[in-house]
Amino acid sequence: MTSEVKIKCRNLWKLFGSAPESFMREHDNNPSPETIEKAGYIGAVQDVSFDVHAGEILMIMGLSGSGKSTLIRCITRLNDPTFGSMEYDGDDLLKATPEELIEIRRHKMGMVFQNFGLLPNRDVLSNIAFPLEVRGMPKAEREAKAREMIELVSLTGREAYFPRELSGGQQQRVGIARSLAVEPDVWFLDEPFSALDPLIRAEMQDEFLRLQKKLKKTIVFITHDFEEAVKLGDRIGIMKDGRMVQMDTPEQIVLHPATDYVAEFARNAPHERIVTVRAIMSDTTVTGDNPIDAHALIGAVAKRVLTAEAPIPVEHDGQIIGSIDRTAMLNGLFGDDA
Amino acid sequence: MGKSTLKDLLERTPLWQQFVAIALVGIAMFFSWDGFLRLPSDLIIPMKQWITQFFNWLGNDAAIGEYKFKQFTRSFALVLKQPLLWAEYFLYRGYRPLDLPPVPWITLILAGGIFGHWISGWRLALFTMGCMLYLAVFGLWRDSMRTLSIVVISVPFAVLIGLWLGIWVTRSKRAASIITPMFDLMQATPHMAYLVPVVILFGFGQVPAMIATVIFAMPPMARCTILGIQTVPPEIIESGQMSGCTPRQLLWKVQIPAGKRILMLGVNQVVMQTLAMAVIASLVGATGLGQKLLNSLQQLKLGAAVEQGLAIVLIAVVLDRLTQAYANRTNNYSPPEPNLMKRHKHLVAFGAMIVVTFILAWMFEEASVLPRSMTFTFGTQLDTAVRWFSANAYAYIQPVRDFLTLYVLLPVRNFFLIVPWPVVVLMVGAAGLRLGGKSVAIQCMSLVMMIVLFGFWVPAVLTVYLVFSAVIICIMIGVPIGIWASRSDRVATVVLGICDTLQTFPSFIYLIPVIMLLKVGDLSNIVAILAYATVPAIRYTYLGLKGVPTVTVEAAIANGCTPRQRLLKVELPLALPEIMLGINQTIMMALAMVAITALIGSRDLGQEIYRALPTADTGRGVLAGLAIAAIGIIADRLIQAWAAQRKKLLGVAS
Repeated sequence: MTSEVKIKCRNLWKLFGSAPESFMREHDNNPSPETIEKAGYIGAVQDVSFDVHAGEILMIMGLSGSGKSTLIRCITRLNDPTFGSMEYDGDDLLKATPEELIEIRRHKMGMVFQNFGLLPNRDVLSNIAFPLEVRGMPKAEREAKAREMIELVSLTGREAYFPRELSGGQQQRVGIARSLAVEPDVWFLDEPFSALDPLIRAEMQDEFLRLQKKLKKTIVFITHDFEEAVKLGDRIGIMKDGRMVQMDTPEQIVLHPATDYVAEFARNAPHERIVTVRAIMSDTTVTGDNPIDAHALIGAVAKRVLTAEAPIPVEHDGQIIGSIDRTAMLNGLFGDDA
Repeated sequence: MGKSTLKDLLERTPLWQQFVAIALVGIAMFFSWDGFLRLPSDLIIPMKQWITQFFNWLGNDAAIGEYKFKQFTRSFALVLKQPLLWAEYFLYRGYRPLDLPPVPWITLILAGGIFGHWISGWRLALFTMGCMLYLAVFGLWRDSMRTLSIVVISVPFAVLIGLWLGIWVTRSKRAASIITPMFDLMQATPHMAYLVPVVILFGFGQVPAMIATVIFAMPPMARCTILGIQTVPPEIIESGQMSGCTPRQLLWKVQIPAGKRILMLGVNQVVMQTLAMAVIASLVGATGLGQKLLNSLQQLKLGAAVEQGLAIVLIAVVLDRLTQAYANRTNNYSPPEPNLMKRHKHLVAFGAMIVVTFILAWMFEEASVLPRSMTFTFGTQLDTAVRWFSANAYAYIQPVRDFLTLYVLLPVRNFFLIVPWPVVVLMVGAAGLRLGGKSVAIQCMSLVMMIVLFGFWVPAVLTVYLVFSAVIICIMIGVPIGIWASRSDRVATVVLGICDTLQTFPSFIYLIPVIMLLKVGDLSNIVAILAYATVPAIRYTYLGLKGVPTVTVEAAIANGCTPRQRLLKVELPLALPEIMLGINQTIMMALAMVAITALIGSRDLGQEIYRALPTADTGRGVLAGLAIAAIGIIADRLIQAWAAQRKKLLGVAS
């Protein structure tokens, strides 16, 4: 990850309680979880630091109560963090005045919500045009833009329907279209597919990947579903009890979980769709025909490796860099302890 | 520590021991000093007189610079009079200087029909037209339009002020801390108490009636505004914020449209309260249906009273249906309609109707203003019928009435009257401490003390006695009906339909049948209260039972409960907090009705207000109104605290 940093969060804290600011100050801005609990505060986000790089999909994964929703609300400043720093394109986001914040939201941020957050009194077209309307764009212009968005999310023909008359999946398409209408720099998605049925969810995930291929946004995506995280994310941050336990690529998380908690998720993850050959090959080079690409997912080459008698060479940039045999493949697919 | 041990002591001692202790204290007090039953007049704080003097001073002598306060209020009234005058010109008077007739009655009826069709459909359209036709045919058109003028002009004022106050409360914590308790007090104070100070400041007539109406009808709007804004799902607010709304845009483009349904229910309540108040305002000289009804009741012209009462009821039901239908209207997808005439069919129909009816009105006098000769009334026939009925039925009703009065009501009343006030203060305090803690206890005790110290103890006791007796009967009638409705959907539809309709009637109306059947007396008061206040007991029982989780009911069935066991052991205990809230409502409505029953004679707080009106004894009227509010607030605090405690215990807290 060498690309530019879009959002930079350092030591973010969000406490709920009677006087969280003074409590933080009294404890050197770094209270322990025990101190927080004893004082009757709720430490929704505790000492979280990370970067979001331009063009990546960063998944924040955690179970309910882990603080992931509060974290995204801190980054968007829907809730102001209690302590910490946050830079957006190098500017201090926490110093933004309410007016500046409105400007940033009108032009640079888009957000999709779990329960869609559509305005019940407006039809699809006017829901999607809403952020442009409050920004003061003339009616004809904003409706043209909204129609473009409707086409993008394949809702053509539904312009005059009201949210109540749409299915959950369709409503979320409206939510997505609305959040993209301002052509945001950073796209926030707060559990966008959690309220949908499994089949629709899978369809919407594919739709999301299709859109991202086209739009190449910087994305912060919240989910409670580890599988969704590995399917969609370039990197995953795992949260527990308000703290960021590990943040890495899906492959690294699956192969090298930082804690037992992460390992628990990693165990049931579909290794064949996450791990690449490079991560499990041995350095011994062998000769043979048709070397395997080091970046191939192990699931794609499993059959060939498992049915071959001898180790198969692995190449990278036209050079043989190692080899892979049955045992390594089996360990890769099912974990070392299988 | 001392206070918490007191609470512990209360919780540890069995209830019966506490009752015995209190009873002993009471008996000791009863025999020791008369002042425990009725505070000697030299100990009473002369708040009544002070308030009366203050208002007299305000009404007569107070001045800002050269201008008297009275001039100020009277010119304020003059300004308010203008829109009212225009409404009157428009609806029934016609504009004399230009010799313009009022809008023809057929135009108004058809306009009502088109409006009803626009917001709901044919049924509402026909219903609206039918009811309006009744007003015309029975010769009540002018009076109805008089009353409606007050409603039409008061509603926008009440809605706008309520909306503004509601928005203010949601934005400022300080405003909330001042305004919310004020609304509690205002809503617990009966209509009539508002009339007294208004008369002093603004005189008698339509405009004071309108001012009292606006003040009385505004709190529900503010409450609904607060509720509507606060119940918008947080995600919708957040999506508005993330769309880059300024706070003002967020309010007007997100919160208010998304809370529209509740806001419109607020408008509905404003309309209903306005009508109720416009009727009662006949006591301060407002003309219209209310005044006609009051006259008929006072002269015992019951046939006419029935016709006028029915007119008020029909107006109430139509206004209720129209505003409810409007509130419940949802936006739906409609395929684009290329034909301009069809797309605006209601507007086109309205225009055509105006042209046609105006031509008709110009050609035929009868279409413009229905002449008296073409209206008819069953007043005399009804009178005869009522007289015949009472002559015959009274022979049967009277013994029952006398029996109940002599052997049930009077003993209860006498018992209430011999309870010393310190005992009540103690009991209220103990109940408050147990149910809600120290602040509830102190609040309730000081409210009782206020009633005692301002010299309203005896009328307050008589009020509590009336309300208590009525509420007991309400429960005995309402809870079983509620249970019955919850067992069968078919019964529920009918019962809830009747409840809905009954609730739209202005309280005044309930006096008519009571006077017809029972003449005057305590029992009549109680029956009038019953008729008005049973509805919430029915409704909340039904809702409480319906709200019992299906799983729990299924588990009870699976465990082998008979239907009876299921009801008694599972459903009723779970529904009890909800039922208690219904009883709370019943008490509130009973207290509101107490003030009205003063018109048919009583000796309670309502009578104090009623008597204060003609003598302009502001202090007496206002304080008696506040005393009724105080009783309501005490009951409300205790029951709410109990229900909250109980719900928490049952794990059904919301």
